[in-house]
Amino acid sequence: MAATDATADGGFLGGVRTAAEYTWGRLRQGELGQLPALLGLAAIWIYFQLKQPTFLSARNLSNLVLQIGVTGTIAVGVVLVLLLSEIDLSVGSVSILCSAVLGSAVVNHGWPWYWGIALMLVVGALIGGFQGFWFAAIGVPSFVVTLAGLLGWQGVQQWVLGTTGTINVNEPHIAAIATTTLPAAWAWILAIGGSALYAVTRIQEQVRRRRAGLPAKPLAVVAVRTGLVAAVSLLVVAILNGNLNGVWVFGKAVYLNPGVPTPFVMLLGLVIFFAWLTTRTQFGRYIYAIGGSPEAARRAGVKVTAIRISVFSLCALLAAVGGLIQTSRLAAASQAIEPGQVTLEAIAAAVIGGASLFGGRGTVWSALLGAVVIGSVANGLDLDGQQPYVKLIVEGAILLLFVTIDALARRGRAASGT
Amino acid sequence: MRGVSKSFGAVQALTDVDFEVYAGEVVALVGDNGAGKSTLIKCISGAHLPDTGTILVDGREVKIHVPSDATHLGIETVYQDLALCDNLDVVANMFLGRETAHPGMVGPIQELGMEKRSLEVLDSLRVTTIPSVRQRVVSLSGGQRQSVAISRAVMWQAKAVILDEPTAALGVEQTEQVLALIRRLREQGLAVVVITHNLHEVFEVADRIIVLRLGRRVATFTHAGTSPEDVVGAITGARRSVT
Repeated sequence: MAATDATADGGFLGGVRTAAEYTWGRLRQGELGQLPALLGLAAIWIYFQLKQPTFLSARNLSNLVLQIGVTGTIAVGVVLVLLLSEIDLSVGSVSILCSAVLGSAVVNHGWPWYWGIALMLVVGALIGGFQGFWFAAIGVPSFVVTLAGLLGWQGVQQWVLGTTGTINVNEPHIAAIATTTLPAAWAWILAIGGSALYAVTRIQEQVRRRRAGLPAKPLAVVAVRTGLVAAVSLLVVAILNGNLNGVWVFGKAVYLNPGVPTPFVMLLGLVIFFAWLTTRTQFGRYIYAIGGSPEAARRAGVKVTAIRISVFSLCALLAAVGGLIQTSRLAAASQAIEPGQVTLEAIAAAVIGGASLFGGRGTVWSALLGAVVIGSVANGLDLDGQQPYVKLIVEGAILLLFVTIDALARRGRAASGT
Repeated sequence: MRGVSKSFGAVQALTDVDFEVYAGEVVALVGDNGAGKSTLIKCISGAHLPDTGTILVDGREVKIHVPSDATHLGIETVYQDLALCDNLDVVANMFLGRETAHPGMVGPIQELGMEKRSLEVLDSLRVTTIPSVRQRVVSLSGGQRQSVAISRAVMWQAKAVILDEPTAALGVEQTEQVLALIRRLREQGLAVVVITHNLHEVFEVADRIIVLRLGRRVATFTHAGTSPEDVVGAITGARRSVT
């Protein structure tokens, strides 16, 4: 308590210092978390802003968060699989196959949109369950099962699409996903309400710990964290709602369609839900446990096979949701999308955001952060008028860089662990 | 255990072995490689089913078919690899598979109660070397990890605990920590079985020493009045002395 009181006297600056010291302590243990991605993102944004003054404009940022909907959603599923210490290479193909299933059901067979969406989600979950079974119960490495899936499901997609290779999906409800935005008032209510709820639960948690006589984080650390969360969410809403029109870099371009795009709202909702599921529930605890040591988990009575199958099923289900957003944005299900690239961008997003390829480390927030990084690079290069090949090379280089950081941090942890 | 035998195909791993351990004592189970130590403890812990023989707990005959049978009877085993998840913290490891949570797998975990209970258990065993129970296990030393694994084993109303080579990979100071922990388990009235190769250690903590050789129990020593040479003799078969 004495230390806490001393820093509390330091006021706001003291709080920032305590928070910084706490963070530094974790960094030294090799717990890099999301710091590399945040630094990388800052560098990318500064670079593109200097080259293209409209990069950070409200219009372009709105575009950016719309563009990352697909990659981010699929990456949430990839993070879950990475936490298990496994990999799913099939997500791109599953995503486009589910998109084709939706198109075929709604357009070719005249199903109502909601049954079409239900069908595509069920197909996704079943495919994931099938692959998970093949891996967890039969024992084929997940790498191979899902590599087979990457090829196989693409073939099935082409078969579903038929000879034309494309199904145009103009169904208004499905199209609405990519074209609508959250009403401005709702965006404010959710941002303010969400930040307040976050602050209250965090403070309550520390108060309870203190009351139970357990070591609690200094209040300053909690205050800085909750303050940052509130500031970021309010800023994002203000920019996307067009309230900062004409202000600094945000107003550098005409903003025609203000509001928070629906796919971004969906992505945020999924990230928050799965972040809760992985950190607060037994199911989530067991995912991490299996990622750390499957044998230890099994001996502790964890139903390893069942958890593995359900995680692969959830991953493919999220790939299907990504396919839904993709269908809506393109107004079509098409052969033209390269499933390998969809897969690798989703995996890259997860890894860049801080989920370890070596398993058991990272959070679902990695998916969002990594998708923003990858999306920013793609968006910035497009804005800069670069050729597609530049995008591929740069994305590849960034992925390699972040996996290297992960590997080096792992070595750092091993060194500090002994 | 009475008259336990176990064979794997043509290999007779255990032949008519009696084995007993009482509350509040430490028994060292020693023997050369392949003497049947591991097979014997696996029969107690439910990993193997003995071919013949009976197992009695508190004088009542019991059947141990799977590891959870042993756990329900209050028999816990800490294997050499400890079975800890490096990426989880101490509390999560101590409660792994037995989290306090609302019913169903998606009920929130009650972290506060678990953390308090972990601290109480570590405190009661006077495990004072772990700075924070919210630390990940990967950052703990070998002795600390062993302490966590042992504490986890005994925190669920265990009556007997079996330790497989608990100090095999540890330095001098950390070995002392673990031996002190073993003595405290005895003080708390647990029956402790320690499998070890290290005779120095045997003489430091064990009340009785049971020697296996080629699948048979060949000797039993009480701590007092035994010399290490007697024990070595029994292990290698050079000397035989049954008390």
